Amino acid sequence: MDAAGTIIVAMIAGALRVSTPFLFVSLGECLTERAGRINLGNEGVLVLGAMVGYATSYHTGSPWVGVLAAAVAGALLGGLHGAICALARVNDVAMGIAIMLAGTGIAFFFGKPYVQPSAPHLPTLPLGFWSDVPQVRSALDVSPLFFLGLLAAFLLHWFFRATRVGLRVRIVGDSADAARALGLGIDRIRLLATACGSGLAGIGGAFLSLSYPGSWNEGLSSGQGLMAVALVVFARWNPLHCITAALIFGAAGALGPSLQTIGVSKGYYLFYAAPYVVTLIVLAITVRPGRALRGMPGELSIGR
Amino acid sequence: MSAASDTQRSAAAPVQTGAADRLYPLRRALEALGSPVLALLLSAICFSIFLLALGKSPADFFSLMWKGAFGSAFSLGNTLQRAAPLLLTALCVALPAQLGLTVIGGEGALVLGGLAASVAALPLDGAWPPLVQLAMAIAGAAAGAVWIGITGLLRSRRGINETVASLVLSYVGIALFNHLVEGPLRDPASLNKPSTYAIGDANMLGPLPGTGLHPGLLVGVIACVLAWILISRTSLGFAMRVTGGNLRAAQLQGLPVARLVMLACLLGGACAGLAGMIEVAAVHGRANASLVAGYGYAGILIAFLARHNPLAIIPMAVLMGGIGAAGGLLQRRMGLPDATVQVLQGFIFVAILASETLYGRFAWFQPRGAR
Amino acid sequence: MIDGFGISRRRLLGTAGMGAAALGLGTSLLPRTARAGDLTVGFIYVGPKDDYGYNQAHAEAAAVLKTMPGIKVVEEEKVPETDDVAKTMQSMIELDGATLLFPTSFGYFDPYMLKMAAKYPNVQFRHCGGMWNKAKHPMNTGSYFGYIGMGQYLNGIAAGHATKTKKIGFIAAKPIPQVLLNINSFALGAKLVDPSITTQVIFTGDWSMPVKEAEATNSLADQGIDVVTCHVDGPKVIVETAEHRGMFTCGYHANQSALAPKGYLTGAEWNWITVYKEFAAAAMAGKPLGNFVRGGLAEGFVKTSPFGPGVSDASRKQIDAVKAEIMKGGFAVIKGPLKDNKGNAVVAAGAAYPETAIELESMNYLVEGVIGSIS
Repeated sequence: MDAAGTIIVAMIAGALRVSTPFLFVSLGECLTERAGRINLGNEGVLVLGAMVGYATSYHTGSPWVGVLAAAVAGALLGGLHGAICALARVNDVAMGIAIMLAGTGIAFFFGKPYVQPSAPHLPTLPLGFWSDVPQVRSALDVSPLFFLGLLAAFLLHWFFRATRVGLRVRIVGDSADAARALGLGIDRIRLLATACGSGLAGIGGAFLSLSYPGSWNEGLSSGQGLMAVALVVFARWNPLHCITAALIFGAAGALGPSLQTIGVSKGYYLFYAAPYVVTLIVLAITVRPGRALRGMPGELSIGR
Repeated sequence: MSAASDTQRSAAAPVQTGAADRLYPLRRALEALGSPVLALLLSAICFSIFLLALGKSPADFFSLMWKGAFGSAFSLGNTLQRAAPLLLTALCVALPAQLGLTVIGGEGALVLGGLAASVAALPLDGAWPPLVQLAMAIAGAAAGAVWIGITGLLRSRRGINETVASLVLSYVGIALFNHLVEGPLRDPASLNKPSTYAIGDANMLGPLPGTGLHPGLLVGVIACVLAWILISRTSLGFAMRVTGGNLRAAQLQGLPVARLVMLACLLGGACAGLAGMIEVAAVHGRANASLVAGYGYAGILIAFLARHNPLAIIPMAVLMGGIGAAGGLLQRRMGLPDATVQVLQGFIFVAILASETLYGRFAWFQPRGAR
Repeated sequence: MIDGFGISRRRLLGTAGMGAAALGLGTSLLPRTARAGDLTVGFIYVGPKDDYGYNQAHAEAAAVLKTMPGIKVVEEEKVPETDDVAKTMQSMIELDGATLLFPTSFGYFDPYMLKMAAKYPNVQFRHCGGMWNKAKHPMNTGSYFGYIGMGQYLNGIAAGHATKTKKIGFIAAKPIPQVLLNINSFALGAKLVDPSITTQVIFTGDWSMPVKEAEATNSLADQGIDVVTCHVDGPKVIVETAEHRGMFTCGYHANQSALAPKGYLTGAEWNWITVYKEFAAAAMAGKPLGNFVRGGLAEGFVKTSPFGPGVSDASRKQIDAVKAEIMKGGFAVIKGPLKDNKGNAVVAAGAAYPETAIELESMNYLVEGVIGSIS
């Protein structure tokens, strides 16, 4: 393969491999923010989900039970965030950082015994069976969680657009006053949205430990959970756009190593930073001064 | 507009009290002291239950904690040493917070500040050390100011959310730092740990005389006091607080909101950059990967714990420093994993931030006679 | 391989109590006071002790040391290379009475360990790395290191036999001399088998980056590379990903064969217990500790993992033969004529640098046949 072909295959493969945790975390964050709350704690949720998923898979022998356990653990931690932020005057940005610290702390604390053992991994779907090119076959060896993430994105999109509950979430997120006038339980809805969102983020963590890179250790997350906040802005709070955002971040993550294999070996730190620069540029181009971001929930504390 | 600005309003907005209620300031101070103490107690209780569930003794834990953090001159020194860089990085959060902005990118500003400082020392090799140190401080503060200033510019000119922008810029800043330290600015003699050229022993900041303590402690305390004066005793600070309390009102009054945003971001960034300069000048002697130590992130939590009050940053930084200082002893004596400290910190932060909700709940603490 | 420099018993056994009292700290602080002959040893790790790599190699040796009579081991993990490590050393000395410290990460030496060594002249500091210099550094400090490049050379021979595509890969954290020596040794080992073999290098930028390490392994596999090794702190992710992609792997730091039962060929492992036993025994006997302690395969500082199923008979024979040569001493991997991968001559014909050569410690080139650059 020529250099351009190599890069393209690598970026597609990278997008398919690396994007899944970004997808789950950004969908979770999207759900939470659409209800009017921000959760920076999803980084902690991701790490906790990774640890719990791995440990559960190790003990039960079933990686799918691990995924489920990761979702439950994430939802519990997110629920804590949601419950505390429901108290008057509690700042959700700061609480998110505290939850991040607590979540990673708990995950590291209880995760020590699981660094060494090997837990059963999630299977992959060999979608490249039709090709003779090993690179293509391997690139299309996709985790079922990726498709689950796509499904979740479409479901969430449908949920916001077409269901009564989804509408309520949006009202709560856009205007607390309107929600109050309609007699909606604002705190309860936000709590549930935060818990469910963190459940999704927990699945993203399970992907890291049970699929790719597929092992549990303390350096596993490289800030995917924190970046969710930026991804959601990037995606304009639209679950379908979260797919695009996650794929772009995944592909950009694959850029650094694959450029080195074709001989571009200078400045790899800068290539590794590419996704962040892209986010900034997109933000700078698309945001209009003096106006709230299109799609942004009106109640969000980060938007004024 | 939600919790963030509510907090700002209550914490910062000038309170009109009736002349009859002379004791109100005292009660207010008691309230400000009371709820974090309550939260600390609560988190200690929760953490004790956590330890008991693991079959460890909470009594051992807390006595070791005390011993490792405050129990002796050595421990206290260790604690203050760890607190020193956090004072300035907390200011990087607390200053923009006066305007209701949540800037979380101090880490990037700190490392770039440290890098700029180490570079500034090179052409001045051999000059009078205080001059070199001054140049380093200016370079470090300027680099930090530019980095957080970009966030401020994006916020005030393009309306881009400062939390997201500063977070992303922080990642970019660290990447840029690594690239420069291991590429163009690398001292070829720094073989196995890529670094910039050493600033030279003569230009190092010594410990505080007579104490052996980190010089950043003094700089940090001075900066906190200056920030407090700026915020609570000057008209500029008043304008910042008004803007943070109610943006519309500030605009109606004709306050230069965009310029205030820039100013707060520049000052905050300068503090973080200065923290980087001090780390280089007092500890590392050159810029390398050791600078990326998470002080910027720790500063965020301390600022929030201090409710963005620069004076309250000092005890909160000491508290965090103390927990960090005791961590090693806990590992060695009780066989607890290193993450124990992180769990405890998590408990404390959650509890203290949640205790925010207690403010204003009890009538006894509120102003009387002012109707 | 120990260049000893004398240190008197008095200096060595000076107790923590004296140090603490001198600082005016009072007696309540003092730990179980050390009896003469008893020794408290402090180990400091930069990462988690169970990383299947660098830190684990040290921690395993510390665990063996713990079982020796009269020795108490105190450990701290995940200590960053900042003032924190100075404080950790001080705390081990002041509060635990440690008189022999092993700060195991490279970045701990300057300035943190040197600062503490000046402050506590009665405590012995031995640092893992090659930084100690008699002219510059105090006598209560020292360095120890193993010549693991030879292990990577043997890895390279195993890789050279195993590769079908004649393309092998190396995933590294940063282009520093220690790493470059490993890369070059690996590449030269493979070229010994077949000079046409190329070695692709990918730098991940830092010592522990699981997602990037996995991505790097995958992009190597996509390039048709079929044997991979690495120099990062924890090789677990790389070895597992390579196994998943059907590649062969050579281990590093510790034995990772359990992670890749099919593809693990062999590995270059540390064997720190040799060093730690030596230091501890000398300290307890009141004998001088070496200041500049080095050793390789022959001295038992470094060892190789047992062969995996993918190693052919021819490969085993050649590796064993070369290993026997290395054991005799004086063996040089880096020898002239040698060109770097830009075509410049880096070692003249006739010159040879055995593992002990100081020139190797400032290596700044990749040899011919390595694809990559150190910018």
